[in-house]
Amino acid sequence: MGAIGVIAVNAFRESLRDKILYNLVLFAGLLIGLSVLLADLSITEHHKVIADMGLAAINLIGVIIAMFVGISLVNKEIERRTIYTIMARPISRSFFIMGKYFGLTLTLLVNMSVMLAVFLLTLWLYHVPIEPSLFQAVQLMFVEILVVTAIALFFSTFTSSTLSAIFTLGLYVIGHLTADLRAMVANSEGVVGKAVVDLLYYLCPNLEMLNIKGQAAVGVSVAPEYMMLASLYGLLYAGVLLTGACLVFQRRDF
Amino acid sequence: MDDIVTEDLSKSYPSGWPGRPPFVALDGLSLTVRRGEIFGFLGPNGAGKTTTLKILLGLVRATSGRAHLLGEPAGDVATRRRIGFLPESPYFYDYLTAEEFLGFYGELAGLSRAVTTQRVDELLQLVGLGEARTRQLRKFSKGMLQRIGLAQALIHDPELVILDEPMTGLDPVGRKQVRDLILSLRDRGKTVFFSTHILHDVEMICDRVGIVMKGRLVASGRVNELVRQDHIQSVEIVCQHIKTEGNALIHSLATRVLQQGPQCLIVLPSPDAVDVLVGEIRRQGGRLLSVTPHKASLEDLFFHEAAQAVSRVPAHVTSGRVS
Repeated sequence: MGAIGVIAVNAFRESLRDKILYNLVLFAGLLIGLSVLLADLSITEHHKVIADMGLAAINLIGVIIAMFVGISLVNKEIERRTIYTIMARPISRSFFIMGKYFGLTLTLLVNMSVMLAVFLLTLWLYHVPIEPSLFQAVQLMFVEILVVTAIALFFSTFTSSTLSAIFTLGLYVIGHLTADLRAMVANSEGVVGKAVVDLLYYLCPNLEMLNIKGQAAVGVSVAPEYMMLASLYGLLYAGVLLTGACLVFQRRDF
Repeated sequence: MDDIVTEDLSKSYPSGWPGRPPFVALDGLSLTVRRGEIFGFLGPNGAGKTTTLKILLGLVRATSGRAHLLGEPAGDVATRRRIGFLPESPYFYDYLTAEEFLGFYGELAGLSRAVTTQRVDELLQLVGLGEARTRQLRKFSKGMLQRIGLAQALIHDPELVILDEPMTGLDPVGRKQVRDLILSLRDRGKTVFFSTHILHDVEMICDRVGIVMKGRLVASGRVNELVRQDHIQSVEIVCQHIKTEGNALIHSLATRVLQQGPQCLIVLPSPDAVDVLVGEIRRQGGRLLSVTPHKASLEDLFFHEAAQAVSRVPAHVTSGRVS
């Protein structure tokens, strides 16, 4: 196993032994359970409510793990000084960053798989049809989570955990609003406002592009071309952020 | 052949305030550590020991100067395969068991799984943690953590071992074990470079020492050479049946006179006055019990250099902190 793999497996092991992850999976289960309760209360469209709530729960838990574990991935190593013994080994700083990223990605993959399994089980129990659109939505959610992890990791290479959390959360919110904001100012006459929104639009990740939960819940699939384009966009964005994180980390003193 | 060479190594940190001079952690430090020797890097807290070690390992970038390890520039990734490092007061992944922990570092060093397994067994026995191999590090005492830390530094059988305060947190038995371990490494041809402020350990095991004060190397060499260069000898004379009270000659020669019953301890600042004092004891009909010369210790030299350093270092170097 290469150095990236060793770091990734260790990061995965750390996540697994961290009880917060188990609690979040439990939380996801509760949320899905709640969706069933809400569906029982609604007179019509209970299929949509269950699917909607389930997808939202998976997304929320995934993003929370990505954000909060992501920001501590590097900072915790520096604050606890475990980085000293790692960086004294024949491993480049970029490999360390990549290893940490893939370790968390693996954790998220396992967590999302568990949550998806619980979700599918819930749908099956309540005789909700399992549409292909649901899998498409989860796939793009995972891509979004990869982007969020990369954002968190990028900020954590040069700021404190608190600031990283604020910046990551900020970018996540903006990432879901830029398309709407751009549409809002499209007809406005304010040149500065339009320029700022344009800058945000191109600079920040367009996370809304990866959000197809609404239509997926009612069984409407998107074209395979869209899936490919959106996935590529997300992966490219995460790749750019990871490259930035490696470059910043390369220059850091410990 | 020198395993560690630093030339005019400096590190300064910006003060963070405009107009204020930067904080100087290292100020032109030059030293060499020869292959196969135990080199003790001495200095008080904040002298720049850890900063030097961090530069050598590539954890911190030097502001100026050069540093080479095993013939390669400090921080070279491939060279780290030949170096073992134990940081000061190490904190490790406490969710790992002792064997998982060593296995992780073995694999990071590029060892195969089979070799790693074998080395883990050997090192757990070597540091006396064979019984605790399946225990998580969060259940380890401070001394046990220090020992497992040493084991991780040695897991890949490095040529050069760098230890930052390896005796910290250890009881006398643990300190002796670490001393023996360091000596056994030298016997196997390894080079050991360790920082400490425990002078006794240095005097016992080091081939050479370097003393760093306020970011500068103020003395370097063999312990006996350093002590001989700048020592203040004293001589203790114990005798019986002489009268010291009111004896102007004895009081003019001695720095201390202690009379306890018939026995008397006289401390002379140098051996020059021994003959005169022995003559006086004989003249009084007293009995000479012992004459013990005391060579200056490393501790004397250390405090002497510390005092000198404070008086010669510019003010901006003496303020602030050193990591």
